[in-house]
Amino acid sequence: MGLGSDMYRQQILDHYKNPRNYGELEDPTFSHVGENPMCGDEIRMDIRLADDGETIENVAFSGDGCAISQASASMLSTKLAGKTVDELLEMDRDDVIDMLGVDISPMRVKCAVLAEKVAQDGAEIYRGELDKEKTTTTED
Amino acid sequence: MSQQDVEGLDVERIRADFPILEREVDGKQVVYLDNAATTHTPEPVVEAMSDYYRRYNANVHRGIHHLSQEASVAYEDAHDRVAEFVGASGGREELVFTKNTTESENLIAYSWGLSELGPGDEVVLTEMEHHASLVTWQQIAKRAGADVKYVRVDDTGRLDMDHARECITDDTAMVSVVHVSNTLGTVNPVSELADIAHDHDAYIFVDGAQAVPTRPVDVEAIDADFYAFSGHKMVGPTGIGCLYGKADILEDLEPYHYGGGMIRKVTFEDSTWGDVPWKFEPGTPPIAEAVGLHAAVDYLEDIGMERVRAREEALTEYAYDRLAAEDDVEIYGPEPGPERGGLVSFNLEGVHAHDLTSILNDHAVAIRAGDHCTQPLHDKLGVAASARASFYVYNTRAEIDALVEALEDARTLFA
Ligand SMILES: Cc1ncc(COP(=O)(O)O)c(C=O)c1O
Repeated sequence: MGLGSDMYRQQILDHYKNPRNYGELEDPTFSHVGENPMCGDEIRMDIRLADDGETIENVAFSGDGCAISQASASMLSTKLAGKTVDELLEMDRDDVIDMLGVDISPMRVKCAVLAEKVAQDGAEIYRGELDKEKTTTTED
Repeated sequence: MSQQDVEGLDVERIRADFPILEREVDGKQVVYLDNAATTHTPEPVVEAMSDYYRRYNANVHRGIHHLSQEASVAYEDAHDRVAEFVGASGGREELVFTKNTTESENLIAYSWGLSELGPGDEVVLTEMEHHASLVTWQQIAKRAGADVKYVRVDDTGRLDMDHARECITDDTAMVSVVHVSNTLGTVNPVSELADIAHDHDAYIFVDGAQAVPTRPVDVEAIDADFYAFSGHKMVGPTGIGCLYGKADILEDLEPYHYGGGMIRKVTFEDSTWGDVPWKFEPGTPPIAEAVGLHAAVDYLEDIGMERVRAREEALTEYAYDRLAAEDDVEIYGPEPGPERGGLVSFNLEGVHAHDLTSILNDHAVAIRAGDHCTQPLHDKLGVAASARASFYVYNTRAEIDALVEALEDARTLFA
């Protein structure tokens, strides 16, 4: 079997069809939007931090796009609660692919990492390390 | 009548010229339905190019030695051959080799647009332009302070010609339209648009990237001022494209790339330009690619462009009917017939086009998904992406069946 069906294992389809933490937070500490121009995927990540200003307390995502990008956002949203912002910023594409638990074909990696990039850019903008106007895309 | 009689084609013999059609991935023979992106390359084209490298590889224009002469003649002749293929009676004086359609658009936009456009001028495009023309004219117009207008696409996927007549006015300096849409498949009435443009003393630039490969094209019958197409979409190599321009216009136009091989005389203070097309082709040009494109044109003419067109139409009608029979498939663009080129863009309900394409890839069915470089058109259609199957002379109905049957897998996964 090729990469395609392997990509669409039960877990991914489950998160696509029943996304976790879908929607927007009422009082996010920060939120950010990004897109993957190749698929036309769009993801918004809302993140609320605990009073320590470090620990991620609550996460929500919204947007639409292909199954890989949406499932990845849903799974990431369940993983982030309890992590610190530093831990979020340390994540890389391998962590996302491990989380998805399937081989992602090279052309679809951009879809898989979109949510992670949006969350990370949002965090960096919040900390003042990135320009507010920064638009997140997985084109580069 | 058998299928072969109707289209007058021996498809099996044609397929034998394209060894890549035998290619297997994971034990399955690839069903290649992405011809609007690029077509495959037949043996005679590959042969012509390797023969060039094996026997007469040399730089052109500047060598006195024998190999350079052979290479120069082959390179120059290729211009005449391609010009003849699209009905340009001026031969090489009306046909410039570029890298691709995109570069042909940029050549005119930069050399003509930047110097001739200004505030108060209008560039008229259509909503179904490929980014190659849309982005280029949009940006050049912005730099020149000119306005851009878009002719509407109606609900059937055709240009609203009343709107075209409204958009094109005496302020219009350039009309740039796609001949065959790479997303909707629509064949646009380009010669009618040329008449309207000329009535207002505007130029018309026709993007023929999807037209020249799929039907007989006569740039003089259309009365296009400029006409662009790409080698790699017409069984030729990548790295070479064409710009047709009327001789008197190209004659007066300043080049936008500078360098060697294009000049008549150079001093420390100034330079003068060589003849068309050389003044637009500075630096070492794509020589092997020109040889390959010559062979590609010979190959297509051997088959006959009328037959290519008939084959495209028949395959498209078959694919359209099969897809339209599925309740959960939405198809974009006009109904099959002479006003539709050889491609079908569609969406399967509930499955994102990229997911669909990944699943079809498991069946070794190769189609394209995305916005096909027509993002504003997709916005108008209200979808982020679509799947697109596009056909060429070597495709078969059985391959279209494989596409339609593979949809079932996507339905099951995403149910
Ligand atoms: C209608 C149309 N115009 C322009 C282009 C651009 O062609 P190229 O990428 O060869 O420059 C394409 C191909 O993608 C096309 O389909």
